[in-house]
Amino acid sequence: MTKYTTVIGLEVHAELKTESKAFCTCSAEFTNVPNTHVCPGCLGLPGTLPVLNKQVVEFAIRAGLAVNCEIQKYNKFDRKSYFYPDLCTNYQISQLDKPICLAGHIDINVDGEEKRIGVTRIHMEQDAGKLVHSGATISTSDFSAVDYNRAGVALIEIVSEPDMRSAEEARAYMENLKAILEYTDVCDCKMQEGSLRCDANVSIMPEGATEFGTRVEIKNLNSFRALVRAIEYEVERQKEVLAEGGRLIQETRTWDDANGVTLSMRNKETAEDYRYFPDADLVPVIIDDAWIERVRAELPELPAQRQARLMEQHGLPKYDASIIVSTKAMAEYFDEAVKTAKDAKGVSNWLLGDVSAYLNNEGITISEFKVTPAHLAELVNLTKDGVLSSKLAKKVFTEMLKEDKAPGALVKELGLEQVSDEGAIMKLVEETIAENPQSVADFKAGKDRAIGFLVGQIMKKSKGKANPGMVQKMLKEKMQ
Amino acid sequence: MKVTAQDVKYIAQLSRLIVPEADLEKSTEEFNQILNYADILQKIDTTGIEPTPYVLPISNALRKDVAKEGVTHEEALLNAPEVYNDGFKVPRVIE
Repeated sequence: MTKYTTVIGLEVHAELKTESKAFCTCSAEFTNVPNTHVCPGCLGLPGTLPVLNKQVVEFAIRAGLAVNCEIQKYNKFDRKSYFYPDLCTNYQISQLDKPICLAGHIDINVDGEEKRIGVTRIHMEQDAGKLVHSGATISTSDFSAVDYNRAGVALIEIVSEPDMRSAEEARAYMENLKAILEYTDVCDCKMQEGSLRCDANVSIMPEGATEFGTRVEIKNLNSFRALVRAIEYEVERQKEVLAEGGRLIQETRTWDDANGVTLSMRNKETAEDYRYFPDADLVPVIIDDAWIERVRAELPELPAQRQARLMEQHGLPKYDASIIVSTKAMAEYFDEAVKTAKDAKGVSNWLLGDVSAYLNNEGITISEFKVTPAHLAELVNLTKDGVLSSKLAKKVFTEMLKEDKAPGALVKELGLEQVSDEGAIMKLVEETIAENPQSVADFKAGKDRAIGFLVGQIMKKSKGKANPGMVQKMLKEKMQ
Repeated sequence: MKVTAQDVKYIAQLSRLIVPEADLEKSTEEFNQILNYADILQKIDTTGIEPTPYVLPISNALRKDVAKEGVTHEEALLNAPEVYNDGFKVPRVIE
């Protein structure tokens, strides 16, 4: 069996958070009512002219600087000609040979290994409209309905170098890029809703080869999970084709998430012949140093810097910090909580553990999480101060999810204060020792595990309220 | 002959134009006349000259990011030969 190396490059489209579209003044806001944010410009009617939205350039510079690109001073726009009903003009305004950003990079970390992934370019362009198909899928539909609300919304396309060698590397790159776009506030990054979209170019080559194999472009990857699954499926499919003596063809395939397969997309447009040419309706955009340096100076703290700060300022382990900074909302939640929390690692443990589990379970993000950072901090402090055992803290947390109350108040309401009174605990210790002579004998015979059983019995008697540290200590002393 | 009848058919198809078989020869000839003219321009020595996509000394025609009302939903669909679910109805797009 030939061993193969996987080669992956990603093309990411990010819708910019502008008020208006890229080349006309229609609202760029998402709406469910089709064809309401449209004008003669984005409907491709004769006699209209495009005028570029300044904020598009501003956002593209900001994103470019955040991924370490060189901003290009001379920018022009080109028409990418194609006939497809999602654009009325029959061309997309894009940038071909003079993109706004070149030669950047994003650092990723997979299984503790650092790797630098090249960003070839970022260019500005306009989004296309949306096709709603009459049937279940695009290929079983007799006709489609087109909604031009999205047509003309500003996009940046971020093209990576083919530097990734596994689905996990692609995922890490995509996660980091998403975090950067969120931090810089240029895109709202909702993959499910399509404001952040990803196409993957995947090929395989025999191990040690220098020439890449035939690449396949996979579309319709609207979650990290879809990205990973689609790449893994596609690599296996390509290996199988080659193993059977077949040849791969350069094509576009779509990811069918329900069936977990990639399917060939045969477009009615026979050839990819875009006949690019400069858009004479627009004029060049010249970006001077002052503009670039002003945007650079205004760049917010980026995920990598924030991670370093969390490690330095709060002593978080790298793993914790990297997960907390991976979404801006989580990082902000953490920063807010540690303002009053006495234990930053405690906050991190909650966020990475029970809070994440709850969010995943509910299918919501931390922005929709009802427990306030201040309340979570209070819960951490109650544990830190020995008022709550970690087990009871979980119980209080469950209550906090149900009602918007401070954990301190809930502890009183539920009568959950930890018992740290020596006399009370001693009483329980003595009782338990008397009731379990066999376990006591086992412990004395050197079976350390027996103490676990006894501690468990005492905790049960106290309904989980006894301070477990004190129980352990006093039990040992008593049995010596 | 710079382009063949085959090329003309292909370009017509990309542009969604129907060139009747009977007109194909004439169209090909006209195409070539245009391209022959371009040949004259190609003979000019442009070494060291930057390509000039724009002839006017204008740049940065930018507008502020302010959204305005466009046309109404009803007006937008006036140009739709057929409407389906508030959208422009189009034939299937995939083979």
